[in-house]
Amino acid sequence: MAALIAQLLISGLATGAVYALVAIGFSLLWQGAQTVNFAQGDFVTLPAFLILAGTALGLPFWAALLAAMVLAAAILGLLFKRILVDPMLRHGAMPLTIATMALSIFLENAMKNAASAEAYPFPGLNGGITLGPLFLDWQSIMVLGVAVVAVVALTLFLSRTRTGRAIQATAQNPAVARLLGIDVGRMVLITFLINAVLVTIAAALISPIYLVKFDNGAQIGLSAFCAAIVGGFNQVRGAVAGGLLLGVTEMFAATYGPDQYRAAVPMVLLIVFILFRPQGILGRAEERRV
Amino acid sequence: MTAVRQAGTLAGALGAILAAGLLAQGLAPYGVYLLSLWAVYTVAAIGLNLTLGYAGQISLAQAAFVGIGAYTTAILLPHGVPFGATLLAGAAISFALGVLLGFPALRVQGHYLAFVTLALTTLAFLVFRNESWLTGGVGGISHIARPAPFTSGRGYNLLCLGVLALVSFAVWWLLRSPWGRAFVALRENPVRAASLGVDVRAYTLLAFAIGAALGGVSGALYAPLVQYVEPSPFALAFSLSLLMMVVVGGSGSFLGPYVGALVAVLLPEWLRFLHDYYLVLYAALVILLLIAAPEGLVGLAAKGLRRRPQGHPAAEAKP
Amino acid sequence: MSPVLEARELHRHFGGVKAVNGISFAVAEREILGVIGPNGSGKSTLFNCLLGQIAPSSGRVLLDGVDVTGLRPSELNRRGVSRTFQLLQVFPQLSVRENLILAGQEHVGGRIRRLFGRPDAGLGGAADHMMELFRLTHLSALLAGSLSYGQQKLLDAAMAFMAGPRLVLLDEPAGGVNLTLLGAFRERLRAMNAEAGATFVVIEHNMDFVMSLCSRVICIAEGRIIADGLPGEVRENPEVIEAYLGH
Repeated sequence: MAALIAQLLISGLATGAVYALVAIGFSLLWQGAQTVNFAQGDFVTLPAFLILAGTALGLPFWAALLAAMVLAAAILGLLFKRILVDPMLRHGAMPLTIATMALSIFLENAMKNAASAEAYPFPGLNGGITLGPLFLDWQSIMVLGVAVVAVVALTLFLSRTRTGRAIQATAQNPAVARLLGIDVGRMVLITFLINAVLVTIAAALISPIYLVKFDNGAQIGLSAFCAAIVGGFNQVRGAVAGGLLLGVTEMFAATYGPDQYRAAVPMVLLIVFILFRPQGILGRAEERRV
Repeated sequence: MTAVRQAGTLAGALGAILAAGLLAQGLAPYGVYLLSLWAVYTVAAIGLNLTLGYAGQISLAQAAFVGIGAYTTAILLPHGVPFGATLLAGAAISFALGVLLGFPALRVQGHYLAFVTLALTTLAFLVFRNESWLTGGVGGISHIARPAPFTSGRGYNLLCLGVLALVSFAVWWLLRSPWGRAFVALRENPVRAASLGVDVRAYTLLAFAIGAALGGVSGALYAPLVQYVEPSPFALAFSLSLLMMVVVGGSGSFLGPYVGALVAVLLPEWLRFLHDYYLVLYAALVILLLIAAPEGLVGLAAKGLRRRPQGHPAAEAKP
Repeated sequence: MSPVLEARELHRHFGGVKAVNGISFAVAEREILGVIGPNGSGKSTLFNCLLGQIAPSSGRVLLDGVDVTGLRPSELNRRGVSRTFQLLQVFPQLSVRENLILAGQEHVGGRIRRLFGRPDAGLGGAADHMMELFRLTHLSALLAGSLSYGQQKLLDAAMAFMAGPRLVLLDEPAGGVNLTLLGAFRERLRAMNAEAGATFVVIEHNMDFVMSLCSRVICIAEGRIIADGLPGEVRENPEVIEAYLGH
């Protein structure tokens, strides 16, 4: 019993860690660039296909991953910002949000046309290690390891480097940041690039479990939104806490609850939090303005 | 928009409905079906336009409300409940659910309503699919009878257009009343509206809930039209599609939903040769339209008609 | 008789910054109270506390002797507190007449009655009268966004009077208004005070405007009241001069 719970906990944490990566990118875009990206889930599916395309062309996995990261940075970072976000932001935050929804339709159908509606297998780690009554699969351990490294690296980057601190200042108050001589446009662009890197890592980590299918993004996106809101936005820590909580809750609900309502877990969690704790686990209550 | 307060807009809507009714007399059954579908989509889009265009809130739940309306009618009709009553029941359930969800979501600002409604659509879809005892599960409910005397395709088309005409009048009345003025005010400047006594939360909630109720009405029309309901049409994709209709037509414009729904019904027919690439092209066109003309097709047409451009009033308001 | 508006020991802290640090004053019926003070003295925070825009850290706000601390702006407005903003705030997509009707409609009848009643909520006549008072009649049907700055300023002020307010708080009413308009604007406000019996609180930077409009002036510096009296007295008060020059 205890061993089963420990095992569920670990696979839950592993899934949750991936949600956290996607949620961090989502929060960064929201606070750093006023971009509520409803296509964030599809942003995970696209690099997964890019990696598969790379390996199909004969590249070794690591090279395919690297190439996908560069392409993702170009498409989901630079092009996304230049073609969609910059012109839309002039019209306000809400039209931009709706444009990202149209982008989600666009991406999903483009991927469906390019790769068919099939679910493609994705290379991952097999086997595991037995520790007494506990069986730990390498995949989960690797996912947790990579996610921890990514989060720690990002946190250090944001808090310790000049550029990282400039990004945070830009997110908190672009006007003041500009007065301080920070190149706000560049910081916003870097935020988009960070998001592109995060979704590519998430794609490589989650695809062995979920396989690669054109409409996977909907579910991953929902989980990431949920993780970001449950965590309370605005902080990397919040998204991590939200992602892990969601991953573990999902895993236990799937084991002990009705299977056909597994997809309902993030939704219920989201509604409960918005009802009772809209500021999230780690967020602070907002000042009333209206 | 003040345009709403001009009787011309209602006349335009009723004229379009009348034209559709006349056109249906000369069309093949499939054409009549498309016109009925246009009416059904338009009702749902009018509701969403209240939420998005007037209250300024993004709702992704309109598909769920349409689904609730459709299932309510599909479930109640065989028990001998008259169609009018099933339609009102679907609208009432959607309205109540809208109040229940909107109340907490609108306490906090930002995009929370978008996420709560996203969750609702996903949950509603799961309920439609899993609760077989009520909804027939994946198999759905078939052989839904159309209410007499509107049993033929043409007959039912008249019913759809009639309901659309009633909805058009009701929404026109609503927007012309002090409520409509308050909706515009809270969309343009909620802080100033509050300082004038406008209860921003209550009006936003009402706009959302009325929009939801119209989703229910649309669903009630949909079920006997296709005579078969199953979960897949009411998934998130349909919510997104309805949002696209509203922004393509022009969110916050009275005639926008009529135009947006027409594009959504006709464009896939015209672009048949594109097969599966249709949605890719459509989404790309929507994005281009959003960038070039966020006021939508109706706004674009109005601009074109006005010989002398007056500049952008909103831009000059803030010194 | 209790004063129209009373602030009792208002405090508002932002972190360690004491923006409002123990302010008490009362405004009598029909008084026109001017609030002056150098930039960053806490005037705006005080206004926001009085208007329910932000909650005070401690202290009370009383309206006609009734505690209204923490009420939302829309509730305060329905109790007769009206305001204008520092920056123009008319609704550009509504006509001048619609703006005025909007400003009064939430004060008449119940919400359901308003839905089924007349589109102008029975306020058409009142709006026409207000347009006459503020010389806006010829602009009635135009969108507010298409008016000149001065005309919008007049409309903005007229909106504050549509609901027959008991108390009007004006946030820098003279800002951005040219000299020709300023005199007329002051006379209009005076007349509204005399005819409608409304009590005013005015925040203003334009000293001449304050001194010629107000019957009493308080000066705020560093979150506290440093002078309170007739306009002339406050203007000559050495502490006030010091506060302005010191900055």
